Amino acid sequence: MTTIIFNGKKYRHQTNETVLDTLLKADIQIPNGCREGVCQSCLMRSLDAVPPSLSQKGLKESLQLQKFFLACRCNPEQDMAVALPEHELANITAIVSHKEALSVDIMRFVLSFQEPFQFFAGQFVNLTRFDGLTRSYSIANLPGQDNILEFHIKRLPFGRFSSWAHNDLKPGTALKVSEAKGSCHYLLGKSGQPMLLIGTGSGLAPLAGIINDALSNNHQAPIKLYHGSSEPKGLYLVDEMRSLAKTYHNFDYNPCVSLAKATDSFKQGRAHDVALADTPNLSGWRVYLCGHPEMVQQSKMSAYLKGASLNDIYADAFYTTPG
Amino acid sequence: MAESLFNRLGGEAAVNAAVDVFYRKVLNDHRINRFFTNSDMDKQIAKQRAFLTMAFGGPNSYTGKDMRTAHAKLVDIGLNEDHFNAVMEHLGATLTELKVPADLIAEAAAIAESTRNDVLGR
Ligand code: HEM
Repeated sequence: MTTIIFNGKKYRHQTNETVLDTLLKADIQIPNGCREGVCQSCLMRSLDAVPPSLSQKGLKESLQLQKFFLACRCNPEQDMAVALPEHELANITAIVSHKEALSVDIMRFVLSFQEPFQFFAGQFVNLTRFDGLTRSYSIANLPGQDNILEFHIKRLPFGRFSSWAHNDLKPGTALKVSEAKGSCHYLLGKSGQPMLLIGTGSGLAPLAGIINDALSNNHQAPIKLYHGSSEPKGLYLVDEMRSLAKTYHNFDYNPCVSLAKATDSFKQGRAHDVALADTPNLSGWRVYLCGHPEMVQQSKMSAYLKGASLNDIYADAFYTTPG
Repeated sequence: MAESLFNRLGGEAAVNAAVDVFYRKVLNDHRINRFFTNSDMDKQIAKQRAFLTMAFGGPNSYTGKDMRTAHAKLVDIGLNEDHFNAVMEHLGATLTELKVPADLIAEAAAIAESTRNDVLGR
């Protein structure tokens, strides 16, 4: 057992707990989201000991050197004095300007903002509502003159944020938006590299953004998109993707449905199975995987075994915190 | 002092190039892949990186005790001489594929070989 010191008070830290557990148990409000070391909401800073390396995974090197760490991944072996990061990572405020159903359970939200804000299509942000509830969502649109952000929010069975967004979040409402994070975005200067994009459900949001980014930057090599859903009604942006495929000869769109017989408009099977069967060799390809964590894990391995280089496989799994 | 093997091989860049090739060989080898498939791929890759860094005589060299502990669970589920030989084979083949000169390959193999008793828990 060790001791965590926060705001000058001592808290007993049990062996199997994270710093986040210890502080939440003591009724201290620490912002948090995914609790898997991904969303970086629970960023804290050590005032003395060097944080365990696992708790610094994914943080910028500059932050690591300043002993920042993720409380949900931090199980220190020695006493540690900790603090919330003094300066919040540049949050901005954005106002919902548009809300529209894309499929049975996916809603498009457009937010507009005034402050300077930098992002790439495909990166994700944390959205925080009035009471502090926070979830990560991927950005579906390209940066431009219009200062907007587009998100596709899927309603989850017990999702507090997503249910609220679907039912009660109205145009005119303000949300806090974190800085854009993650490396799942288009890379300039690789126009000759073929791209395979596999997504399930609202994992299409970042992929659509990346595809639009690639096409608007005149990407030359093939771009293949496989979007999957268990049922036909779960597919969305079908017309947009088809029309892109008509306009750009190097873009190939493959909607996939796992629980229905193939028709003229979609293939049968899970998106990643279909995609990987279609492309026997991925050596030299860049691969983007977004959606169900299990699909992402499996496809990462398969894409790698089919020759894709580890550095060319990009995935921002959707971490769906229950509640 | 002579330049270290790690630096002569090309340092971290060499590890990065080798890990891609090496881990793919290991996963495709039915004799040993069962030891490597049951955990998260990113974690496994981090371990492969540690393995190669060590075989290349790199900075965070492990002590014998660590090697023993790291593989103790695997010994419990049957890790043996043949598996060790298979890994040595892939290490050699990886470096050959990356066109590393034979004398450097021999040095790296000797470092890996020196852990045999610890890895196999003897
Ligand atoms: C040739 C000599 C070997 C060396 C120098 C070596 C080195 C290492 C190193 C440095 C680690 C990481 C330890 C850690 O940070 O947790 C590791 C882990 C591992 N090694 Fe080896 N290794 C060798 C042989 C083998 C063999 C023959 C196998 C099985 C066929 C094997 C399977 C594994 C596995 C599965 C892990 C991960 C264990 C875990 O997830 O806890 N290694 N090895």
